Amino acid sequence: MASTPKPEEILKINYKPPRTRWMDTPVEFKPGTFCYGAKPDNLKGLGLPNPREWSPADEDWKLPENWKEILLEGLRERLDRFRSLRVFMDICVRCGACADKCHFFIGSGDPKNMPVLRAELLRSVYRKEFTTAGKILGKIVGARELTEDVVKEWFYYFFQCTECRRCSVFCPYGIDTAELTIIARELLVLLGCHIDWVVASVNNCNRTGNHVGIQPHAFYDTVDMLCDDIEDITGIRIEPTFNRKGAEILFIAPSGDVFGDPGIYTFMGYLMLFHELGLDYTLSTYASEGGNFGLFTSHDMMKKLNAKMYHEAERLGVKWILGGECGHMWRVINQYMDTMNGPADFLEEPVSPITGTKFENAKSTKMVHITEFTADLIRHNKLKLDKSRNDHLKVTFHDSCNPARAMGLFEEPRYIINNVCNNFYEMPENTIREKTFCCGSGSGLNNDEFMEMRMRGGFPRANAVKHVHEKYGVNVLSCVCALDRAAFPPLMHYWVPGVEVSGVHELVGNALVMKGEKEREEDLRGEPLGGMEDDE
Amino acid sequence: MALEVNGKTIELDEDGFMVDPDLWDEDVAVALAKTEEIDELTEDHWKVINYLRDYYQQFGIAPMIRKVTKSTGFKLKEIYELFPSGPAKGACKVAGLPKPTGCV
Repeated sequence: MASTPKPEEILKINYKPPRTRWMDTPVEFKPGTFCYGAKPDNLKGLGLPNPREWSPADEDWKLPENWKEILLEGLRERLDRFRSLRVFMDICVRCGACADKCHFFIGSGDPKNMPVLRAELLRSVYRKEFTTAGKILGKIVGARELTEDVVKEWFYYFFQCTECRRCSVFCPYGIDTAELTIIARELLVLLGCHIDWVVASVNNCNRTGNHVGIQPHAFYDTVDMLCDDIEDITGIRIEPTFNRKGAEILFIAPSGDVFGDPGIYTFMGYLMLFHELGLDYTLSTYASEGGNFGLFTSHDMMKKLNAKMYHEAERLGVKWILGGECGHMWRVINQYMDTMNGPADFLEEPVSPITGTKFENAKSTKMVHITEFTADLIRHNKLKLDKSRNDHLKVTFHDSCNPARAMGLFEEPRYIINNVCNNFYEMPENTIREKTFCCGSGSGLNNDEFMEMRMRGGFPRANAVKHVHEKYGVNVLSCVCALDRAAFPPLMHYWVPGVEVSGVHELVGNALVMKGEKEREEDLRGEPLGGMEDDE
Repeated sequence: MALEVNGKTIELDEDGFMVDPDLWDEDVAVALAKTEEIDELTEDHWKVINYLRDYYQQFGIAPMIRKVTKSTGFKLKEIYELFPSGPAKGACKVAGLPKPTGCV
C-alpha cells in the first residue's frame, strides 16, 4: 500500500490543465489513486464475467477477446433501456457550471475529474458509435475510438466519482453524473473490471446478508456485547429479538453500525430508544444490511440486494420497515425500489405506534428513516431528554450525500440534534444541505489503497469542518451514514485532528432519560460525561 | 507476493494479508509479523493473536475492535503499541485473518 503524502504536499494542487489535449493525455495508475481490481473468487461468487488475477496497474488487463463487442453491445442495450442515459449523452452544452463543484476536482486539480469531462469520457465513444456526425467527423466533433486505453481511463475516473450528485445540483440541464457513473461501472463489470472492495462486499452480502460478512451467530454475539455495554452505562438490560415473526416493525441498520467504530455507538442509541419506547420490533440476521453496494456494481445487483429486505419483511409478517442511519440505502429506497422491487403491497402504510403519525412519504416504499421516526417522537413530546449530557460536545452536522440529495432529509436530523445537544453549529452554507460536500469515500471507495485520493476528495468537506472547529471549537462531526462514520475518522485525523465522528442516534442515546436507569457517569463511548477524552 | 515459511509458500494479497487463512500457523505468524516490522512476538502479542484466531474460527470474521479491547483487556492505544498498523491492519494480518469489507 502506498504511503499517503503529507497535507502540505497534497495542498499544492495544480489547477493548470496539462498541455496535451485530454484525449491524448494518458492515465497514470499511481498507487494511492486507484482501487485494487476485483478478485476472481469474488467475481465468481456473484457469477460475474471474466474472473482472473489482474491489477489495474498491469499493462495487460486480460480482457475477453471480444471485449469491444461486449462493451458496445452493452452500451447499445443501455441506451435503449435508460432514456436518461440517451438524454444525458445528448444535452450537455459544456457550459462548465459543474466543473468546479466536484470534490475530486477541487482536491486533485485533474481536469478529468470535472464532471463535464468525466461524462465526456463516455460521451466521446457514444458519439463515435451512435451518432452520424461522430461517425463521419470523428475527433472534430469530440468523437473517439473505443480502445483498451479508453477502458483503463473509464476505470480510473469512474472509480474517482463517488456518485454523490453534488454536480447535478448545479447543472442547468439536471444531468445526473452519478447515473453515468453507474452505467460506466456496469459496462466495466461486463469485462470483469471492477474494484474488489465493492465486489467483495456485494459477494459477502449475497452470501451472508451483509457487506461485512457477519453470520447469524456473530451478529447475535455482537449485538449482545453492545447490550452489555448499555447495561454497564445505564444499569438497564436490553434484550432485542432476532428474526421474530409477527413483530410490528422490522428494523434494518447498515452493518457498519453493528460492526465498526464509531457506528456501534449509534447502534446502541437505536437499541436504547426502542427499549424505552417498548417498541414491538425485531432485528434480522438475514436482512442484516441496510446498505447496498449493488448500487455501485450494476442495476441487477442493486435490485437483488434490495429485495432481501422486502423478502424478510414479508417472511416475518411485519407491518413496515424502519431503516437506520444509512446513506445510499435511502437512495435505493427512494429512487429505485418502487419500480425495481415494488410495490411492497404485503406491507402496510407506516404509522408510528407511539404517536399515530402516518408517514405518508413512505406510503409506497413502506420504509421510514429513523430520523423521521425520532423527530416525530420529539415533536409529540414522547421522549425525556437531558441535553446537558452532551454538553461536553460541540457538534456540527454533515448532510450525508444520499439522504440529502436523494430524499431531501435536511430538517429531521437537525431538529433531533437541537433537542439533544446544547451546542450545535452549522458549517458554511455552500457546504451543507443539498450542496453538501461528499466525505470523499462514497460509492464503495472507502478502502485503504485509495487513501491519497480519499484525502484529496474529502478536503472540501474537511475544510468546512476545520472552519467551525476553529471558529466555535466544534469537536464532533455528526452524520447519518455508516460509510461516513467509516470514512471520516481518518479524514478528520488527517485534516482536522481533534474532531470525533458520531451518528445522530449516539447523541440521542446519550441524552435519553430511561425509566429505571442508574445515574449516568459515562457517555456511550464509556467516556466520563463532561469531558470526552481521546481513547486512541 | 508470497512468503516462504518452512518450505511452505504463503501467498499474500496486495496489502500483505494471507490469501488462504487455513495455511496459518505460529511460524507463519512470526514471518507475517516481520512484514509489519515487529521483530519479536511477545506474550502480549500472542494474547491478541490467539483471541483473534479463536474468534475467527468460531464466527468466520474478525471481531469488531471494541470486542478485541474488551476481551483482551488491552486499551486501543496498547494494541497500537503492539501492532503499529492497528488492530485491523496489523493484528488481524499477523493472525492470518482476511481483510474487512463494507462500511468499516
